[in-house]
Amino acid sequence: MAELSPTGQPPAAPQTTGHEWDGICEYNNPLPRWWLYGLYATIVWSMGYWVLYPAWPMATGYTAGLLGYSQRATVLGEVEAVRKERDARGRAQLASATVAEIRADPALLRLALATGKAAFGDNCAACHGSAATGRIGYPNLQDDDWLWGGTPEEIERTIRYGARSGHGEAHLGDMPAFGRDGILQPAEVEAAATYVLSLSGKPGVAGASAEKGAEVFANTCAACHGPEAKGNPELGAPNLTDAIWLYGSAPEQVVATVTNGRKGVMPAWEGRLDPATIKSLAVYVHGFGGGR
Amino acid sequence: MPLAQRHMPPQDSAAAPPAAPRRAKKFAAAATRSAIPVEDGSLYVARTKVQPQLAHGTFRRIKWVLLVVALGVYYLVPFLRWHRGEGEPSQAVLLDLDKGRFYFFSIELWPQDVTYVMGLLILAALILFLMTAVAGRVWCGYLCPQTVWTDLFLVVERMIEGDRRERLKLDAAPWSMEKIALRTMKHAIWLLIAWWTGGAWVLYFADAPTLVVRLATFQAPPVAYAAILTLTATTYLLAGHMREQVCTYMCPWPRIQAALTDEHAYAILYREERGEPRISAKKTDGLRAAGQPAGDCVDCFACVTVCPAGIDIRDGLQMDSIQCGLCIDACDTTMGKLGRPTGLISYDTEANRRSRAAGHGPVSRIVRPRTILYAALVAGVGGFMLYSLLTRTFTGVSVLHDRNPQFVTLSDGSVRNGYTLRIANKRPAARAFALDVEGVGGARVEVVGGTPDALPVPADSTEEFRILVFAPPGLEAPAIPLTFRIVDAASGEDATAHDHFKAR
Repeated sequence: MAELSPTGQPPAAPQTTGHEWDGICEYNNPLPRWWLYGLYATIVWSMGYWVLYPAWPMATGYTAGLLGYSQRATVLGEVEAVRKERDARGRAQLASATVAEIRADPALLRLALATGKAAFGDNCAACHGSAATGRIGYPNLQDDDWLWGGTPEEIERTIRYGARSGHGEAHLGDMPAFGRDGILQPAEVEAAATYVLSLSGKPGVAGASAEKGAEVFANTCAACHGPEAKGNPELGAPNLTDAIWLYGSAPEQVVATVTNGRKGVMPAWEGRLDPATIKSLAVYVHGFGGGR
Repeated sequence: MPLAQRHMPPQDSAAAPPAAPRRAKKFAAAATRSAIPVEDGSLYVARTKVQPQLAHGTFRRIKWVLLVVALGVYYLVPFLRWHRGEGEPSQAVLLDLDKGRFYFFSIELWPQDVTYVMGLLILAALILFLMTAVAGRVWCGYLCPQTVWTDLFLVVERMIEGDRRERLKLDAAPWSMEKIALRTMKHAIWLLIAWWTGGAWVLYFADAPTLVVRLATFQAPPVAYAAILTLTATTYLLAGHMREQVCTYMCPWPRIQAALTDEHAYAILYREERGEPRISAKKTDGLRAAGQPAGDCVDCFACVTVCPAGIDIRDGLQMDSIQCGLCIDACDTTMGKLGRPTGLISYDTEANRRSRAAGHGPVSRIVRPRTILYAALVAGVGGFMLYSLLTRTFTGVSVLHDRNPQFVTLSDGSVRNGYTLRIANKRPAARAFALDVEGVGGARVEVVGGTPDALPVPADSTEEFRILVFAPPGLEAPAIPLTFRIVDAASGEDATAHDHFKAR
């Protein structure tokens, strides 16, 4: 389309890069010069960067740079700063407040729940499970059944001193090994097991008599578990009439419990966790929904 | 094909018409970038400073009005007040990043309303498409901040250093006390405007009158000063120094818009069939009387000298042209002085031009499938957004089932499920909501630290509640659908969320 330009003048010969392939030329539409200088500036900048910042990988490490900058150090510094700020703000209050005071203050409660959640995952989840639902031998903390009491204060005490932990203030109270130690005959053990299972409508040991078991229970077990088998949190004696069975509700599991006794250990956390964390754990565990 | 003409192979000298007068040719070389002689083989070229002359006419007036309106909106809107009630900001337009709220007069948007921002962007893009399909680079020529601020900086330049002729003279003059004084004054005012531009920007992010005082007393947050410094630098550089290079080299829009126009889109075109051949006004009558061709263009270069992009519109439609219409004003002024009809340079379409060349009447097809489609999309998206804005609720609830444990069996055999309920109260007043959980017969609902009858949520915020649902023993199904419904007792506004009750 060799038409004239609207100006009526012959268009100027276009600049080409001077390269030609089979008659095909490349037009040279020059870039602005400042763009080129911009490129040089970035190159100079990068050299400064090499010197000041970590840049080159070496055989066993890297060039650290004159500024000694490292992202990891920055992050650690930031974490430390946040921790300090948090300690200054809330943890001192957590340490001095009672559990009841913590629960009454929404801001403190939020901090306690967050602290408790983290501490639970680190310290408690190993036995009680990440969801605090426990397993055979390790109590479910989500439900409303508490061996040693379910008020926030009682929970705090259990965490602080533990149960059968060897601490002077720890909860004490053993389930004796009635069968193994010859206190009860095997038939009496089976009868007692059948009786307590019947209290919540569960099948007992085949052939064992619940009536006989009731007699055994009244003479031997009621001292701790109470005449109505409702348990006693003072002694850590569980309620045998409810749906919660720490060591299982199958007849052979109950027989095993009565025969060999049970003495599960909850460690004392005093000295291992600071008071603020223990209080936070108490508030957190109580807040699962089963607390009293 | 005007664009291609700039890269035409050299013509056979026999076919070429007589060369234009020597004076004009030299002038053209100095004034237009397209004629800059490129050093042979150089891939880079220094910029030739463009010193546009002040134009007078319709389009210049339109641009003055748009300039005042656009800058007025930008600089003054943060100071508009809007009463929202106790504890709420009283700024009409405010983007509160700390609180995560965007206030626009009576509208208040939360972060989860970001879809409106997306809708606005879509709408803006579609309107831009429509404008381009109708009249080309309207955005570039009249509305783009780069154009508006460059115009403002040119006003300052013109006031201090004079118009094009004086400025060119000053550029060429050796350094003297007067030149230093003029230059210092110009850059100082430019920097002041640039600083004010950055200052106005940060006022959209905090209460403007308060922030102005804090900025002045050096009590504002460092990020405010950093933002002001950045915008001062960019405004000063882009509007004072980079100018048309931003449009030619940096902006993607000129490249994109080529795909959005067609032969029916209006563009600023030179009517070469009327203007060519260019000839001195004195000779025109004589030539015409002798039956020789003489165009209306007197080659006065008024269109070139007013051009802020430094191009010659008579070379045809070109990428560097921001289509601001100042060449129309310049040409009309010249034509008016000569007593010739205006419109030698005017808004025209490629289709019209071809129709004229073929001897047919004018064609104008503003309404065509492309523009109908864009207009329909604008109306559709705009209507949908308006509808959703008018019907949006001021109450929201979402529910999250406990992930672990999914259910807890209690000592009496009943089953407990835990949920986290989050209620959003978008009203500027504290409200209490009654919670109703439906789906499981005989279920009991507990709120940790509260009662289901009245869940308090502060004004303009969300609140989280822990909900426990207890189902009686003996549920058969493993998962039962649950509906959480909250009602504001005072106004009757409600919201619902759905989840399941897990029994085993």
